[in-house]
Amino acid sequence: MQGVMFMCSLLSIVTTVGIIIVLLADTWRFFGEVSIVEFITGTTWTPLFENKQFGILPLLSGTLLTTGIACLLAVPVGITIAVYLNEYASPKFTAVVKPILEVLAAVPTVVYGFFALQFVTPLLQQFIPGLAGFNALSPGLVMGLMIIPYITSLSEDALRAVPNSLREASYGLGANRFQTAFKVLVPAASSGIVVSVILAISRALGETMIVAIAAGQEPRLTFNPLHAVETITTYIVQVSMGDVPQDSIEYRSIFAAGITLFVFTFLLNNLSFWIRKKYQQRYE
Amino acid sequence: MSRKRSTAKIKDKLFKLVAIAFTTIALLSLVLLIGDILIKGFARVNWSFLVNLPSRHADQAGIYTALAGMVSLLVFTMITAIPIGILSGIYLEEYGKDSWFARFVEVNISNLAGVPSVIYGILGLQLFVRTTGLGNSILAGSLTLALLIMPIIIVSTREAVKAVPDSLRQGSLALGATKWQTVYKVVLPASFGGILTGIILSTSRAIGETAPLIVVGALAYVPFIPEGPMDQYTSLPIQIYNWTTRPQADFVTNAAAGIIVMLVFTFLLNAVAITLRNRWYKKVKI
Repeated sequence: MQGVMFMCSLLSIVTTVGIIIVLLADTWRFFGEVSIVEFITGTTWTPLFENKQFGILPLLSGTLLTTGIACLLAVPVGITIAVYLNEYASPKFTAVVKPILEVLAAVPTVVYGFFALQFVTPLLQQFIPGLAGFNALSPGLVMGLMIIPYITSLSEDALRAVPNSLREASYGLGANRFQTAFKVLVPAASSGIVVSVILAISRALGETMIVAIAAGQEPRLTFNPLHAVETITTYIVQVSMGDVPQDSIEYRSIFAAGITLFVFTFLLNNLSFWIRKKYQQRYE
Repeated sequence: MSRKRSTAKIKDKLFKLVAIAFTTIALLSLVLLIGDILIKGFARVNWSFLVNLPSRHADQAGIYTALAGMVSLLVFTMITAIPIGILSGIYLEEYGKDSWFARFVEVNISNLAGVPSVIYGILGLQLFVRTTGLGNSILAGSLTLALLIMPIIIVSTREAVKAVPDSLRQGSLALGATKWQTVYKVVLPASFGGILTGIILSTSRAIGETAPLIVVGALAYVPFIPEGPMDQYTSLPIQIYNWTTRPQADFVTNAAAGIIVMLVFTFLLNAVAITLRNRWYKKVKI
């Protein structure tokens, strides 16, 4: 039985290795036909057109733009709510609000996509006349809404883990709630808060359905949030939906796009893991 | 000094206002999201919507094949992921604890949990759809989803097992039970609530996953009920995606109606999981 259980545990490692091998194998063949320099520095991405060009930068800019908008919304809002729930709100209020926020995290992303395209975009268009039907702003904001609970929940855990003695010492010195929160608690919980933000960024980078539905499918090197853009994840979905022959350069391009995304999220996840391990025992 | 104190007081008040505003915005967004979907789709949710086959005519289209595909997917996903996930979680916590292997797997699982779901789709596409030759079948989709939710089950199993007090284990071992008997007859029943919570949450996750299924070839239009694991399929989120991206307003209504059905499943599962978790934690604490 122990052997069977060991094999089961091994499966998670096999999965990781599998992901890396699968991505690398076809990416390798992809770079047999496309120069890696063109891939990294090219500013046009048109693998599905007659004149094929494979510059990843437009997809990357689309990905970073939507993620950036999401973080601009979610980081301040998420951390503020976490501090509020931890230091200001009554335990009763927190007990009601936290589960409701967790509902936000449980909503399937295709539902957020619907919300972005059918509600948020028309709403924004009433205030911003030049806003295209597909744009980076609306899915970016909705993605921000989606990751707020990740940041709030993890940051609140970090704040709660700060020992009460620090809090009491701060109040004892005459500091008020605001000073205690931002000069003592937040710095003390900073590693946990940073981890929550990193994980949220990683989540936003890999988010697929919201941007696939509401951001459009136009790879364009721009940082204008009012334009339609295409993210790496959207491109993968776009190719999967179409009739691309299996042994073609278009097919292999999703592996090259996928590995670009994987490298980013992999680095961010490991960074967060490292921070968590390094700082978690500070107060124990 | 007093002036400094008064600015501190103002900052305190100001922060409180901003924080209440932010919390309200977040909660209000959830209300708007659900309200918008209910307004757009509630009138469309009826019996014929649930049992009709897909159609080119929005008012005749139903989600029967999508529901059937979703249930079949879930069945095969869970019978793969649950035993492997639980056994793996128990091994890491009860047998391999503190070994370099367990630590390595821990890093690895935290990494897997952060891999974008669309990447799992690419893995499934190459591994199950092409190399294993399963094609665009339910089985290929289920195995892909199983890999995706396995980390959730492993982590929740580990935490549930960790929460079982050592005294129970020692008592069992002292009575002459073997390690496996202790795990099977003492630890597993004691941690059952926590493990079940993880399973329910992972089911909810599997229901809503869309991107990996698109990549492994779930079709948007399947006019028949899948009869076996090798059949082609569609699933509710895929159907919703397809309807959402159509320009006609009637299909958007269908999408909203489909979302209502899916959210009922998701919220019910989450409500059960939260109730179970609260009850179980109370029990463990005593």
